[in-house]
Amino acid sequence: MVDILLSLSGVHTLIGPYHILQGVDLAVPEGGVTVLLGRNGAGKTTTLRTIMGLWTASQGDIRLADHLITQLDTPEISRRGVAYVPEDMGIFTDLTVAENMLLAASSGPIDQQRLAWIKDLFPPIGTFWEASAGTLSGGQKQMLSVARAIIEPRRLILIDEPTKGLAPAIINAMTEALRELKQTDTTILLVEQNFAMASAIGDTVAVMDDGRIIHSGQMSELVEDEGLQERLMGLSLEAHQ
Amino acid sequence: MSETAIKPRIEKVPFREQVMQKLPVLLVPGVALLGLAAIGNPASWLTLTVAGLAMGMMIFIMASGLTVVFGLMDVINFGHGAFVAVGAFVGFTVLAWLAGWTASPSVMLNLAAVLLAILAAMVVTGMLGYAFERVIVMPVYGEHLKQILVTMGGLIVAQQMIYVVWGPDELHISRPAAFQGSVVFGEAAIEKYRLVAVAIGLALFLAMRHVLKNTKVGLLVRAGVENGEMVEALGYRIRRLFLIVFMTGSALAGLGGVMWGLYQETITAHMGSEIMVLVFIVVIIGGLGSVEGCFIGALLVGLLANYTAFLAPKVALISTIALMVVILMWRPQGLYPVVKAK
Repeated sequence: MVDILLSLSGVHTLIGPYHILQGVDLAVPEGGVTVLLGRNGAGKTTTLRTIMGLWTASQGDIRLADHLITQLDTPEISRRGVAYVPEDMGIFTDLTVAENMLLAASSGPIDQQRLAWIKDLFPPIGTFWEASAGTLSGGQKQMLSVARAIIEPRRLILIDEPTKGLAPAIINAMTEALRELKQTDTTILLVEQNFAMASAIGDTVAVMDDGRIIHSGQMSELVEDEGLQERLMGLSLEAHQ
Repeated sequence: MSETAIKPRIEKVPFREQVMQKLPVLLVPGVALLGLAAIGNPASWLTLTVAGLAMGMMIFIMASGLTVVFGLMDVINFGHGAFVAVGAFVGFTVLAWLAGWTASPSVMLNLAAVLLAILAAMVVTGMLGYAFERVIVMPVYGEHLKQILVTMGGLIVAQQMIYVVWGPDELHISRPAAFQGSVVFGEAAIEKYRLVAVAIGLALFLAMRHVLKNTKVGLLVRAGVENGEMVEALGYRIRRLFLIVFMTGSALAGLGGVMWGLYQETITAHMGSEIMVLVFIVVIIGGLGSVEGCFIGALLVGLLANYTAFLAPKVALISTIALMVVILMWRPQGLYPVVKAK
């Protein structure tokens, strides 16, 4: 039986007058990639931000390895081994690539062996180590954002649409990098609209609509069942490859 | 990833944009040269330039904390002037206690008295900043209108407390003997105290630059100015950083209060709110949150105020406002706009 690292049960989130999450139930198995799919406005980003403590759940429980984290603040959740790659990448453009990485290593000096691995995974990180992060291209910023999240070993990485707006070559590079990251048994919860990428690296999948999870299961089942895809997302796998 | 790796490239900043980025640095020497052309007499120009730089440095000392507080915490602190006034009163009290040292012909004793006064002022205003942030600012984070109202209220309370402790009258004190008089360069006479103010302001600017560029706390402040949420997501408690920055900004205002008080040799409970007009102009000119912009803005204001006071005293009253208007027409976000996450 697979251990569940992260679980959400009956999570509701309100942002101002808007009731965004309306009872989210989600289980993220340890050591794999869980992909969160859904149309725009379904609540995927809100789910990640609520897990990270950036928005507080008004109701329901969020557990990380059986510890309740619902009411913890963001720094405490981060210290428990959760990293976050936001949709806008969250790069500090006024800082250099090196300074971005230095800040991300919040528990101490950067592990040089791990840094070498990251530079191998994302070559631009090494090439532009001393450059201002603001001068990087969109794809390089995305690589820096993911690199920052993995500069220290994490239990769980929340990644929000890492391929959004990127060129196909960079999407391929990012897919390869996440696939390699998956080999390290890191647990990833990935929000992704690109179904080709999602199906290439996802082990399990959850589909959201109107602030709820409407389907969860193995990715392979969803890939094979085009009828299910049509029903859940109103799209076919071929159309998005 | 090697097979699918794309060729690394970096987006080059166009040459014209690079020049435009560096242009504000040239404004200070540019204004100084214009001043020389307008004044004509090099001796008068030198005296006015040093006076302008000294005034600018003192405004920078007071404004630097305010701009970082705004940039990092998004807090509009109209109560910042309270720290200037309290710092001046505490400093003057210490100098009055050490009257024997300040009257002594010994430079070391004079210096020790001033340093102790500055230290006491910074400690008291730093502590006051702690209380101000916890009691007045913390409940209104993210609400600008309420921030303006409550910090103005805090300023009024602080001014009334000064009346209670030190009385309603203005206080006069002479500068220590070592800081009185002038140094003569050719035909120009330059007040010693102005040289001291320039040295302290410059040292503070270099120290702030060093801390912001080369220490982890500095990196956190710069990162926090841009995207505080992401700093928290990396595991840092930004509220603690807010408090440290607020206390430091308050202590710097206290230092500025002592410096300004010694410059004027007279202090009042309202001195903080009076100087805040110039401080806000400097912060706006520099770009909210930018220390470099604040430094250049302060020097520009200091130089222009002194040159126009000499050349056309009536124009001097509006020169700083006019400078702000011109700068904002050129750069609506200030000289060095700080990038903030949406």
